[in-house]
Amino acid sequence: MIDALAAGPVDLLATRSYYAGTFLLLGIGAYVMIASPNLVKKVIGMNIFQTGIFLFFIASAYVDGAQNPIVGPKATGPFVSPLPHVLILTAIVVGVSLTAVALGLIVRIYNEYGTLEADVLQEVRSDD
Amino acid sequence: MTDLPPFLVALPLVASVVVLFAGLVRSETGWPIAAMAGLGQLGLAGYVAYQVFTAGPTSYVVGGYEAFYGIELVIDGLSASVVVLIAAVSLGVLAFARTAGPRGNPFYATYLLLVGGLTGVVITGDVFNMYVFIEISGLTAYALVASGDTGRSAVAALKYLIVGTVGASLYLLGVGYAYIGTGTLNMADLSAALPTVADGLGYQSTLVQTAFAFIAIGLFIKTAVFPLHTWQPEAYAGSPDSVSGFISALVSTTFAYALIRISLTVFTPDFFAAVDAAQTLLIVGAVVSIVAGSALAVSQSEIKRMLAYSSVSQFGLVLAGLAVLNQTALIGATVHLVGHAIMKGGLFLAAGLIATATGAREVHEYEGLSERMPYAAGAFAVLAFAMVGVPPAVGFVGKWYIAVGAVQAQLWPLAAVILLSTLLTLAYFARLVERMYFREPAATGDLAEGEGTADTRPDAVVADGGRPSVGMYVVVVVAAVLAVALGAAVVPFAEYLQPTIDLLLP
Repeated sequence: MIDALAAGPVDLLATRSYYAGTFLLLGIGAYVMIASPNLVKKVIGMNIFQTGIFLFFIASAYVDGAQNPIVGPKATGPFVSPLPHVLILTAIVVGVSLTAVALGLIVRIYNEYGTLEADVLQEVRSDD
Repeated sequence: MTDLPPFLVALPLVASVVVLFAGLVRSETGWPIAAMAGLGQLGLAGYVAYQVFTAGPTSYVVGGYEAFYGIELVIDGLSASVVVLIAAVSLGVLAFARTAGPRGNPFYATYLLLVGGLTGVVITGDVFNMYVFIEISGLTAYALVASGDTGRSAVAALKYLIVGTVGASLYLLGVGYAYIGTGTLNMADLSAALPTVADGLGYQSTLVQTAFAFIAIGLFIKTAVFPLHTWQPEAYAGSPDSVSGFISALVSTTFAYALIRISLTVFTPDFFAAVDAAQTLLIVGAVVSIVAGSALAVSQSEIKRMLAYSSVSQFGLVLAGLAVLNQTALIGATVHLVGHAIMKGGLFLAAGLIATATGAREVHEYEGLSERMPYAAGAFAVLAFAMVGVPPAVGFVGKWYIAVGAVQAQLWPLAAVILLSTLLTLAYFARLVERMYFREPAATGDLAEGEGTADTRPDAVVADGGRPSVGMYVVVVVAAVLAVALGAAVVPFAEYLQPTIDLLLP
């Protein structure tokens, strides 16, 4: 890590591009969640945000020139680390459930107020 | 070493599935099954806690994989206390929810899932497993908030969902940093490995500090520390009365516990000694939360929103107890964690009881309440004064320990804010108690309107979920009695807790 810092910002970006991608996704996701008035787009932003974290974990498991971590008679190391993959599989399931619940709530909000825009929703709700 | 810990999570989860399937066969079967499961959970939690307090911490490796790879469940004195609290409060709220609603088997199934998820957060010894339980608790909490039948609760639940997910995701990101640095997710292994990561830089490395920052901020959001509390008032105020009682008592409590656990078990006090910024982060969070939460509570006109902002302020106190980092303050934080759950849960249920009987949900509608509902008003006043910190109530003892701890650590500004918090709490509860006891009901025009609707009340009450039952009164009064009586139990409790505190803060 220290070596990479000494090598200058360009090399750092080239060798750590996955991590740059991670924080780009986190930033885009956070921006969409905050800036978009549309509730569905807020949920999409939430998904992008989570995807950034998935990429972060998966990138950490990568080993240059390594194989799939399937142990058999012909398999010789090095293997990529399987644990982050398992973790992210769990996290993806969590993300899908969250999206499902969020969309369910959005359907209810639309049925109740007839809008998906956060600012219109606020006006409608201040009336009742 | 016993085989019981996994059942603490498994029992509510299995019961939840049973409730759901029983609902397919026959509706309205949810409450008896949930009550049986709640009783079972309380018995189990009590037994495990008894063993932990008499024989020391216990751990269990799930599935027979050794702890470094597998998932470990660890119960020490701190987690045992919170597990018992979760079981007891969930049973109490269940008694309240029987007539207060919401009804139907899906509600009870979600309710039990939340109990299982929260218990999981408390007893797990693995940081990723904790993330999974945080999300289980989160998802079920969003669903419970949405279980009200108004549009308001759906909007509140969606807001809670988006903000809560960001919190949990930041926690996961922090866990990712710690995992990349150390290659392990087990809390005990992590705390052993963190001091030597990044070529021996350890706590001074950006990696460890970033991991802590992400985890702490993620859990701040989940605990609703100012200014990351924005989901919380609407979620508490928009959900049905039983749900706001349950969530306010347990959800933030569990995440505050998670913050204590991660800070002290994974990062250890040595980390805070090495990195001043980490302790500053906790202290600033605590101070801002205490002051801003109280100030916002004073300015609310809706009872449930006021109680919600009061929680922001009280969790600032718990955070202060952690931030001081000495044994006295940590005992105070634990006591206040348990005490706040009982007092705030009781206050929300009392507010729900009053709203069911009279329809009063605003501060000004509480005028002259003591004449209309003497018992409910009395319980509310007792709980409010316990929260303010009038001796000998549990609220006083918790704050006292935290304040003494802050003075011992010579953190004068923090100690001053903690003492000031009593006055601030009094500011928003005193005006309510004054309205309940010293004002005439008919003094204002609003109340005349309120009495006008009183004639049609039987219909309105049925629409609201029914008359307040004896069960609802009993739960509220028991909460009020406990809030006072537990104050006397704190000294023996602190003695039982001492071995755990010695381990956490040597």
